[in-house]
Amino acid sequence: MSASTRVLTDSATMLRRNLLHAKRYPSMTFSVVLMPVVLLLIFNYVFGGALEKSSGGNYIDYLAPGMLLMIPAYLTVSVAVSIATDSSKGIVNRFRTMDIAPSSMLTGHVIGTLIQGILGSVIMLLVALAIGFRPDANPMEWVAVLGLIALVVLSFSWLSVALGLLSPNPEGASNMLFPVVLLPFLGSGLVATDTMPVGLRQFAEYQPFTPFTETIRGLLMGTEIGNNGYLSIGWGVVIGVGGYLWAKSVFTEQTSR
Amino acid sequence: MVNGHQAPAISALGLRKAYGDHTVLDGIDLTVPRGSIFSLLGPNGAGKTTTVQILSTLIRADGGEIRVGGHDLASDPRSVRGVIGVTGQFAAVDELLTGRENLLLMGDLHHLPRRDSKRLAADLLARFDLVEAADKVASTYSGGMTRRLDLAMTLVGDPRIIFLDEPTTGLDPRSRRTMWEIIRGLVDDYGVTVFLTTQYLEEADQLADRIAVLDNGRLVAEGTAAELKRLVPGGHIRLRFADRAGLEAAARSLGDGAREDGSEEFTLAVPSDGGVAALRAVLDRLDADQVAVEGLAVHTPNLDDVFLTLTGHSTTDKETAA
Repeated sequence: MSASTRVLTDSATMLRRNLLHAKRYPSMTFSVVLMPVVLLLIFNYVFGGALEKSSGGNYIDYLAPGMLLMIPAYLTVSVAVSIATDSSKGIVNRFRTMDIAPSSMLTGHVIGTLIQGILGSVIMLLVALAIGFRPDANPMEWVAVLGLIALVVLSFSWLSVALGLLSPNPEGASNMLFPVVLLPFLGSGLVATDTMPVGLRQFAEYQPFTPFTETIRGLLMGTEIGNNGYLSIGWGVVIGVGGYLWAKSVFTEQTSR
Repeated sequence: MVNGHQAPAISALGLRKAYGDHTVLDGIDLTVPRGSIFSLLGPNGAGKTTTVQILSTLIRADGGEIRVGGHDLASDPRSVRGVIGVTGQFAAVDELLTGRENLLLMGDLHHLPRRDSKRLAADLLARFDLVEAADKVASTYSGGMTRRLDLAMTLVGDPRIIFLDEPTTGLDPRSRRTMWEIIRGLVDDYGVTVFLTTQYLEEADQLADRIAVLDNGRLVAEGTAAELKRLVPGGHIRLRFADRAGLEAAARSLGDGAREDGSEEFTLAVPSDGGVAALRAVLDRLDADQVAVEGLAVHTPNLDDVFLTLTGHSTTDKETAA
């Protein structure tokens, strides 16, 4: 068996393992997918009325594209926690003493997360449509939206794999990812950044979730995208490749203490 | 090498490992012949687990020439991984999966065809008495069942060398005996080599063809159980008397060899092989001299004595973990 088929086969096996976990203990998947949907409903129905008056438009059309990016943010916690949980168990030592593709365990987690992310996005879109979200995207734009969400899920998952490997326990992993969960709130996901105080506004304008949000909003609602598309792909690739290399080096380092 | 198949399963020369200033293994030499059970015996913190972790490619040694299954550990860890199986001190099973799913996972990772994998899983579940629990999640298993599943998972890859790191620590006596039978069966039925660590002298005595005693990162002795027992002073009969007069009368009666045993009052230790004939001779002698014996115990040397003699401390008085 060649090296690359081995990586694929072993990653697929690890993915099956993670999906089995998710199927048997759905609460984690449920909470990371459900939480953003609940937030969508809260923002729309609790704050929506007030925000609509000040913005003039239909708030759900502004909100839904931003909330879609809540899913990758929340998923980072589940990746890091499951990696940290795995690492605290003997099973990972067993994997390390077996002749299998070394990073297949990590890849299995990341692909599993990608599946959760796509599932979560579809559920959220359906809920948003049901409560009045009316996007005007053509099929190509829809493909681009899903592609960008997938890129964001993938890149942030690799980053969380590295953080999950580094955290001493699952609780630590959960805390470590809290800033990432906050990122969508500190950007243009829920309200336009120009009402924010100066320092926060600058942070919001330069953090990756703002171009992600603006691109998705542009694709779905036809607003101005500008250079946000390139910025999004750039951020995604940098975080993804950086996270992947970091995760791999931490994993190898931990093998040869 | 023409006699390649005769090469030892494991050979290590000058195995060293340190974490900063703390030396865990200080130049260890080991040779484990194929098809044998080798036991590394030592208290907590002696370096047993570190040795297993190094030999099983989990961590790297700082120095030493090590070959496992004929492969060089440093330059070819992947080939080593292909011939070994490891059952760790902390159960290496996926607790969220059932016993059967755990075994199928191992089958997939060893790239066995699904059909073979299923058949092997069923065989192993039967062999390790896990048929009833096969489709329950492993987190519901008892300690003994988890160890059995752990070992069954190790066997899926048909390893030639199996590392067992404290396989019975924390098990009740009954589960321990079951594990012992299973471990003996591995060598008899599969012809594997077993490298086992334990802090239980009885376990090493029961299972191992050869025993190496590890203390503070050094091997202090190596040999068969019988050879190690020969290293310590022989056995004796302990006689307890009602008072000092009785003790002194007995000492006069039995002659020079008998000495007072300081650990208990009015007790005399008489060197002996512990056999019935020797015992009868001592009692007849005391009878003839009309010395009344209050209590009697026969003491044959065990590995505890060996350990105490070799290291100056018993197996249990060091509780600091590595």
